[in-house]
Amino acid sequence: MSRRLQTIFLPAATGALVIAAWYAVHALLSEDLRFLLPTPTAVVTAFRTHADSLARAALNTTQGALLGFALAVIVSSFFALALSLSRLVRIGLYPYLMILQMTPVIVFAPILVIWVGAGLKSVTIITFLICFFPLVVNTTQGLVSTDRHLVELFAMWRTSRLQQVLYLRVPAALPYFFTGLRIAATLAPIGALVGDYTAGSSAGDGGGLGFQAIIYSSQAKYAALFATAATTCILGFIFTAGVLSLSWLVLHQWHDSYENTDK
Amino acid sequence: MSAPLPPIVEFREATKRFGEGPLVLDLLNLTVQPGEFVSLLGPSGCGKSTLLRLIAGLTPLTAGSLIVDRRSPDAAAADLAFVFQEPTLLPWLRVTANIELPLALRGIAPAERSAISRRVLDLVRLSEKANAYPRQLSGGQKMRVSIARALALSPKILLLDEPFGALDEMTREHLNEELLTIRERHAWTAFFVTHSVAEAVFLSNRIFIFSANPAHLHTEIPVPFPYPRTAATRLSRPYHDLVADVSRLLRSVEPDTV
Ligand SMILES: Nc1ncnc2c1ncn2[C@@H]1O[C@H](COP(=O)(O)OP(=O)(O)OP(=O)(O)O)[C@@H](O)[C@H]1O
Ligand SMILES: [Mg+2]
Repeated sequence: MSRRLQTIFLPAATGALVIAAWYAVHALLSEDLRFLLPTPTAVVTAFRTHADSLARAALNTTQGALLGFALAVIVSSFFALALSLSRLVRIGLYPYLMILQMTPVIVFAPILVIWVGAGLKSVTIITFLICFFPLVVNTTQGLVSTDRHLVELFAMWRTSRLQQVLYLRVPAALPYFFTGLRIAATLAPIGALVGDYTAGSSAGDGGGLGFQAIIYSSQAKYAALFATAATTCILGFIFTAGVLSLSWLVLHQWHDSYENTDK
Repeated sequence: MSAPLPPIVEFREATKRFGEGPLVLDLLNLTVQPGEFVSLLGPSGCGKSTLLRLIAGLTPLTAGSLIVDRRSPDAAAADLAFVFQEPTLLPWLRVTANIELPLALRGIAPAERSAISRRVLDLVRLSEKANAYPRQLSGGQKMRVSIARALALSPKILLLDEPFGALDEMTREHLNEELLTIRERHAWTAFFVTHSVAEAVFLSNRIFIFSANPAHLHTEIPVPFPYPRTAATRLSRPYHDLVADVSRLLRSVEPDTV
């Protein structure tokens, strides 16, 4: 079988197996428990029935996810620069970053609700907090891992500190930055969903997917709950695909993580 | 006869140690005239790279004096170029951009930069790779780009630290010849560190042999063959004799190795 066929056939086969197993489990469950595991058909139907509210909720979640993600990228880049440039900043700040990272973001949710109110602001901040650490850790690592031979070369050229950062440290850190970005991209929709679940609000144009999940579960609409999960999945997929494309665009020509396809 | 030129590099009773570590250079006296091609041979860890880094002003002397082009090494740095054992190309820049980067950092205008990079790429016969990324080049080609980048700075002194150490013998001999050809047109002074006696004899007009612990200049050997030297030089009897002599000398200062 050719490589190409394999990459289509094998995942398809896995998918078919999972769906078959799903139906089988559903059939094996006693009649009174079947509502716990709606069939794929039921989920698809729920998708159709609730398309409007799901789409609206997905849009709201996307908004929170994007805002939090973007904010995390910007703020973490500044932090990473400061951390990499100054040993004093690193020593002074790192323990607190670690403590903050150890703290589950969820415990902040009630506090955030008190401070800024439930809704988009809280969701954005929670997403930001969740995305921040993988970004700052990876980017800082990248900025301090510059090949020491290249640093020596720049020293030989008697470049300024700014030139060294701009022309050497930042580009050399890009692969690390994108590693952080990929992790953050998978976390952002989840972060927004969790944020919405704990600090969401139906005010304004309604809540996001997390809020929607609360409603469906309180209404015992289990198929719709599954459809909500699937929507989150799709959202995560789009986020990751976006970041992977960007990473490809920036790195594929020169970085060894991509195959050297030219010539 | 013209008046003797002032030396371009002069170590006087130069001593170097890193921190509280052992002496790396001990009271070194060494003088090199403009236009010379000198090679440095010696056991691993004897301080050859350190000597180049001292000339480049990348690390300070502990005692004694070092004058480079009538100035302090730091003041002369703009007239120096360093070719390291690794090609040290920036992987995210194409060949041309790699060569032009130090020029750009010096504020040279784009038109002049590209004229210079075209000229030096032509010198190392890699014009057709101008738009390639470093990872698309072979080891020898990368080294050529590295040399081109150094030449682009029009240095008075070229410091080469085992530039061909990682290459196979054929490529190395080839690049040796190329280096001498380029030098016929550009009279820089070369400091060349190598572990290959043959390479040192082929390239240089003087060879310095260092002994270790701490390094001092053990012997200085003139290489009498006139330039231009070509592949045919390697076939001559006197060349082989000299390579054998230098090898024997070097073995006498190398600590016993298994
Ligand atoms: N930055 C440094 N800090 C401390 N010690 C150093 C430093 N650089 C070199 N040394 C020491 O100085 C001595 C000479 O090192 P150097 O690199 O100059 O040797 P070398 O002759 O170039 O060896 P090789 O042939 O293996 O390249 C070694 O003992 C090394 O450990
Ligand atoms: Mg060395």
